[in-house]
Amino acid sequence: MPLVMIVYYVICLFIAGMLVWNFAREKDDRQMMLLYLVVLVPLVLRLLRIN
Amino acid sequence: MSRSGPVKGLLVAVVASVAAVAGAQFHQHRHQRLPIVAGPAVARVASLSEYGEGLARTMADTKVFFLQGAEPGGSALIMAGTHANEIDALLSALIFVENAVVEKGTLIVIPQLNHSASVYTRPGDGCPLFYGIETPWGTKVFRFGDRGASPLDQWPDPDVYVHYPDAQLLSFLDARNTNRSWPGRPDGLLTERVTAAVMRLLAEERVDIALDLHGAETMFPVTNCIVAPERSMRIATMASMTVTAMEGFENHVEPSPKGFRGLSHREIGDHSDTAPFLLEAPFPFLDQPTGPKTRDLLMTGRDPFLLSLAGQQKLFVPYDESGWPIEKRVGQHCSVALEIINQFSRKRADRAIRISEVPRYADLVRNGVGFYFHDPSKADPARVHLD
Repeated sequence: MPLVMIVYYVICLFIAGMLVWNFAREKDDRQMMLLYLVVLVPLVLRLLRIN
Repeated sequence: MSRSGPVKGLLVAVVASVAAVAGAQFHQHRHQRLPIVAGPAVARVASLSEYGEGLARTMADTKVFFLQGAEPGGSALIMAGTHANEIDALLSALIFVENAVVEKGTLIVIPQLNHSASVYTRPGDGCPLFYGIETPWGTKVFRFGDRGASPLDQWPDPDVYVHYPDAQLLSFLDARNTNRSWPGRPDGLLTERVTAAVMRLLAEERVDIALDLHGAETMFPVTNCIVAPERSMRIATMASMTVTAMEGFENHVEPSPKGFRGLSHREIGDHSDTAPFLLEAPFPFLDQPTGPKTRDLLMTGRDPFLLSLAGQQKLFVPYDESGWPIEKRVGQHCSVALEIINQFSRKRADRAIRISEVPRYADLVRNGVGFYFHDPSKADPARVHLD
């Protein structure tokens, strides 16, 4: 795997981590909770090398 | 537990379920292999990585079928799956692999040239993941692929794709397109490694003619045609005139532009001794102004919006209520490919290639495509290859 691809996976992991962190911190706004999770889906599928 | 805990748990469960269902489908699509029954002429099945070490153990490695004749002669290559969403090409190539009897010379077939593209989907376009071809023994299931290699295998895309070796600036999308990466380089992008491996195969196997099978939009002028550079023009013209006169479907020749780099019909001719031909059959599924991208549209090519456009003279092919069924599209590819090989053999008797038992246009229209596929469960397991 080329270095640039590894860097992109690291960025992907970082963004996914931020989304999880923000989801965990969100206490009231259900729409924002759902939004964090929906945005997380393609990142998880990419990190698991599914799509 | 915090007040929002149950809500969060419910949301996680719902989204995780949706992701799991989608993920399972994507995973199946990426890992399901296509069984190909080697026909009577198949003497050897190789991997493309034998001609390009950089492809070994990657999703871009793909099967290469060598169909050997009893008599020595010339050599022809048929490539399909350059664009894995143009399914007529793959189906035509498999008809050659499973049925052809080669009497003289060698026929080499690569059914899924851009293998990585065949295990990728068209995100956002609502395309089916799989499609089936009815056969006398049941439904043969195929993956529906994409135009470009999967980003799981070649990523990220550059802002601008700089073609090697001409340094022409092309769309970033074309970095994953194996019909913009010719002649390639062994240490380049994955798509460049694929085409570099084929260039090496052309040289080592002394291939005389290379046929690259495609499908094109009915609203695109380069359809129903053979695209040929200068050195292939005479054979392409003779083949086109012959099928038009003898087989009852329209076909014409388009000259390969010199200034548009990376395409098989240009670079193979410029960088090897092989004469290239690119075959385009009309493929309504690719047209933008259609209804939903369903399996029915894929098979029949019938669409009310295209029919309306045909009435306004906006299409470059004849189009009526019958659409453009798969039997006609695959039949055109088989007939044109056979006729190019025939015309080459007439011109170069010392390098002739003689092939029989491959159906032509009328046979496919009469019998259907599935009639020519063999049941892998009844075939000798040693003759079944998973690609």
